[in-house]
Amino acid sequence: MTITINGSDYAVPYDSRVSLLDMLRERLSLTGTKLGCNQGACGACTVLLDGERVLSCLTLAAQADGRDVLTIEGMQGADGSLHPLQKAFIEHDGLQCGYCTPGQICSAVAMARELRRGDPSHVTANLAAGPDGPTREEIRERMSGNLCRCGAHNGIVEAIEEMLGREAA
Amino acid sequence: MTPFAFHVARDCAEALSLGAASGARFIGGGTNLVDLLRQNVESASKLVDVSRLAANIHEVGNGALLVDASVKNSALAAHPMVRGRYPMLSRALLAGASAQIRNMATVGGNIMQRTRCAYFYDVDGARCNKRQPGSGCDAIGGFNRYHAILGVSNDCVATHPSDMCVALAALAALVHLVGPEGERTVPLAEFHVLPGASPQIETVLRPGEMITAIELPPATPAMANSEYRKVRDRSSYAFALVSVAAGLEVVGGKIAEARIALGGVAAKPWRATRAEAALRGLPATRANFLSAAEEELTKAQPLEGNAFKIGLVQRTTAAVLESLAGERA
Ligand SMILES: Cc1cc2nc3c(=O)[nH]c(=O)nc-3n(C[C@H](O)[C@H](O)[C@H](O)COP(=O)(O)OP(=O)(O)OC[C@H]3O[C@@H](n4cnc5c(N)ncnc54)[C@H](O)[C@@H]3O)c2cc1C
Ligand code: SF4
Ligand code: FES
Ligand code: FES
Repeated sequence: MTITINGSDYAVPYDSRVSLLDMLRERLSLTGTKLGCNQGACGACTVLLDGERVLSCLTLAAQADGRDVLTIEGMQGADGSLHPLQKAFIEHDGLQCGYCTPGQICSAVAMARELRRGDPSHVTANLAAGPDGPTREEIRERMSGNLCRCGAHNGIVEAIEEMLGREAA
Repeated sequence: MTPFAFHVARDCAEALSLGAASGARFIGGGTNLVDLLRQNVESASKLVDVSRLAANIHEVGNGALLVDASVKNSALAAHPMVRGRYPMLSRALLAGASAQIRNMATVGGNIMQRTRCAYFYDVDGARCNKRQPGSGCDAIGGFNRYHAILGVSNDCVATHPSDMCVALAALAALVHLVGPEGERTVPLAEFHVLPGASPQIETVLRPGEMITAIELPPATPAMANSEYRKVRDRSSYAFALVSVAAGLEVVGGKIAEARIALGGVAAKPWRATRAEAALRGLPATRANFLSAAEEELTKAQPLEGNAFKIGLVQRTTAAVLESLAGERA
């Protein structure tokens, strides 16, 4: 009964009502993951579960038993350097207050994988062929599950474009 | 939230025996149930996690596609056979919720998700016959922009919020169930029931019964030439005001097969059988599409806040069918 979080194992809480978000923040002091709406509507609590982006506020910790969780605290390099996307967010002013940022970064890292895999989105014109590369329209649609109250979306999209451009290069 | 035990079911038989206890509830991704438990709209003494059961998508003998109930919404939307043969289903899934939620949500949970009527959620502040039978309905005479226009009753005007189910209704999908009394299948279009005098009853699912799979019939040309269009208050990550899943086969300028289902208009995904029948054999023109949609809505009973849905459904239906006719012409 353990959950691997950023490479370390933790016991699943005894009280099965505890959400993954509350486990991270209240029990493990991993406060990088943010509590916004607590009902699935904002994306601030986004983490990766076995590599796929999910909402930790609607995930019971018990549902993550035996699985691998990656949070914003686990994004940095082994030497403590920032993740390339974190650097790009700083360069492109992809934030103002910063509250939505950990969720945005986790979400975008997983989104890049979905794009590479060729998963379609709502705006993908040719469903069978898959996405036509990382266009702004694709990025905006794919990131619609992460709201930013400060309205930093333009910078967020630019930062993600830069990361995807570097990957393609 | 009241305390509950949590069990992971390893196979169907275990899920059924764990789920037989009173107060036990199945949980898929938890994206609806965890929210409802937290807001005390629902309660449970035991959660049975069915999300780790086998999650396969495979073709069966006659060309039908069998999709296990634990398949994630994102996986179903991205599956090559679904994209190729049933595009309206991929499109409907991709129009729903957000990428994070689609990664969590299961097919079974999506079918069973409950209404987003705000009064249903407001445990302390609102009367709701669905949540508390006999207490009244604050949506009738209240804020009912999002509510139903078809199949409503004096006791409830809630809509079923699923996008996926609208496409499944148009595709004539079957729901596979297993319960204490054995296995059975029910057409998706008959799985959800209209509110009548008992809006707390939403489906034909029996106590202890669970969804094991959905079956998509062998693809017809109208299924392969299909679309899903969703009209909403913002362009992404919002529930439908109205939506249309449609498929069309035109042969020699005449409609050979039309498949149409409507979302955001009723307590169930609404298969527009009257419109489908009206269109058979007619030329594929905008005028015919519009009058068929009108015919489907002759029995609509709008409320103060949602009369706009009648015209919106008609125009959206006609627009989708027109674009499908164009692509084939
Ligand atoms: C912010 C937000 C926005 C959303 N937007 C949309 C949208 O635009 N369009 C849309 O369609 N949906 C939308 N949704 C709803 C989402 O699609 C559903 O919450 C999801 O599909 C439910 O699946 P789940 O596996 O998480 O179900 P759960 O929450 O795990 O379960 C839901 C219900 O299904 C029952 N259940 C689960 N599995 C089974 C089974 N195998 N057999 C029998 N019963 C079962 C549970 O007991 C429970 O009653 C949104 C949700 C949120 C939170
Ligand atoms: S419409 Fe239905 S769900 Fe909404 S308040 Fe009325 S009874 Fe409750
Ligand atoms: S806190 Fe989880 S989506 Fe808002
Ligand atoms: S930077 Fe403030 S919410 Fe996004």
